[in-house]
Amino acid sequence: MSQNQKPKLILENGLRTDGRKPDELRPMKMEIGVLKNADGSSIIEVGNTKIIAAVYGPKEIHPRHLALPGRATIRVRYHMMPFSTDERKSPSPSRREIEISKVIREALESSILVEQFPRSSIDVFMEVIQADAGTRLASLMAASLAVVDAGIPVKDIIAAVAVGKADGVIVLDLNEPEDMWGEADLPVAMMPSINQVNLIQMNGNLTPEEFKQAIDLASRGIQTIYNMEKETLKSKYIEFKEES
Amino acid sequence: MLSNENNNKKLYYQERTIVSPGDLIAEGAFQIPWSPYIYKIENKYYSSVVGIFEPKENRFEVIPLKGSFYYPKIGDTVIGLVEDIETYGWIVDIKAPYSAYLPGSSLLGRSVNIGEDIRKYIDVGDYVIAKVENFDRTIDPILSVKGKGLGRIIHGNIIDIMPVKIPRVIGKNKSMMEVLTTETGCEMLVAQNGRVWANCPSKEMEDILIFSIDKIEHESHIKGLTDRIKNFIQEKKGELGVTESKA
Repeated sequence: MSQNQKPKLILENGLRTDGRKPDELRPMKMEIGVLKNADGSSIIEVGNTKIIAAVYGPKEIHPRHLALPGRATIRVRYHMMPFSTDERKSPSPSRREIEISKVIREALESSILVEQFPRSSIDVFMEVIQADAGTRLASLMAASLAVVDAGIPVKDIIAAVAVGKADGVIVLDLNEPEDMWGEADLPVAMMPSINQVNLIQMNGNLTPEEFKQAIDLASRGIQTIYNMEKETLKSKYIEFKEES
Repeated sequence: MLSNENNNKKLYYQERTIVSPGDLIAEGAFQIPWSPYIYKIENKYYSSVVGIFEPKENRFEVIPLKGSFYYPKIGDTVIGLVEDIETYGWIVDIKAPYSAYLPGSSLLGRSVNIGEDIRKYIDVGDYVIAKVENFDRTIDPILSVKGKGLGRIIHGNIIDIMPVKIPRVIGKNKSMMEVLTTETGCEMLVAQNGRVWANCPSKEMEDILIFSIDKIEHESHIKGLTDRIKNFIQEKKGELGVTESKA
């Protein structure tokens, strides 16, 4: 996005720059078990954002001093590939990537039943293949699906979506221009069936009423995504059932 | 959705349904043993893995469909791969999140002499059949090779599968194992940690056995598995019979 001036985010007909209604999600695609070498893996596409995730473990931890006596240690790496953005990104982990890794780790820790594997480690890797807004949430979802694919017990699958304010309108699932030029950005990740929030961050300003409205919109979006994730997990086995 | 209502006990899924994490599977005062695959909040039970829901009279369980690790249990028979040698014992990989230790005294029946090279008994890369003697949340598993049929493996082959599929390879009342051994004529030992030892009369039979176990691993959630495996082996044997007579 090499524009220097703020574009119009909500067009005259009430639609957004990519033709979506304010409460419409971007098209999504997800798949599990895409990598052979990892214990669990997934690939997820949210609009133009594309993430691949791999999980190893639970396994023995090295170096040993990182082991925790009562639960598994979770190590997370979020990384953007050099070609994921429109200008080449240096492959070395930036300050932003280190922070996002930490945020995702903490969100994941609240969903994995870590107490079942004391003194072990679960390693999660995410690579952003293409970035177009919402990479932290797409990565978190990809990681959650990969963890489930590895057979690691979790409380619930994580579903996540960002809400925000663009040109005074509360919009669901921000795209790149809205993320850049909008008034607020509010990523939310939840475990819908036990009704818990894994991650919530906010950038910009919202009034209390707008915040409530935004959370409401997010939880509706999350429900749709959640059902899609379950479908993805189950479809792998239903296919076989029809064959026989 | 099916709900069995008696004493406020409710099951939300039918037998053999595929459940995913976060699915509310039951509600009420059930007396079920602790399971890593079921997560409980107050009196609501949720599944914590992708698995098959299996209700049984007053209980229910979730059988996982994936899982590449083995969680050790005292008394289990396991097949370990020797990874390293220490002064008084061996470090053994049993596909668990923890590496196991096999003390030298367990094999020798006496303490290891100072300066003795225990490499000549079991070397790196050898497989051992052992029992888990001791393990809990705070210590790594300790193995033992004292007992009949335990010790270093000297012949046969090892087949690696997902540990969660082991009950399927054994089958109800060992029915699947019965089919596999009688149909192929192989000797088999199924260890709890996802390794199968097999000693077959011929290379062809060994291949058939490996194919069959692979099929069990991939199709364990489909009904009538034992019969399908039986047919599969007979089919394969038939194919081989044809090719043999042609050659």
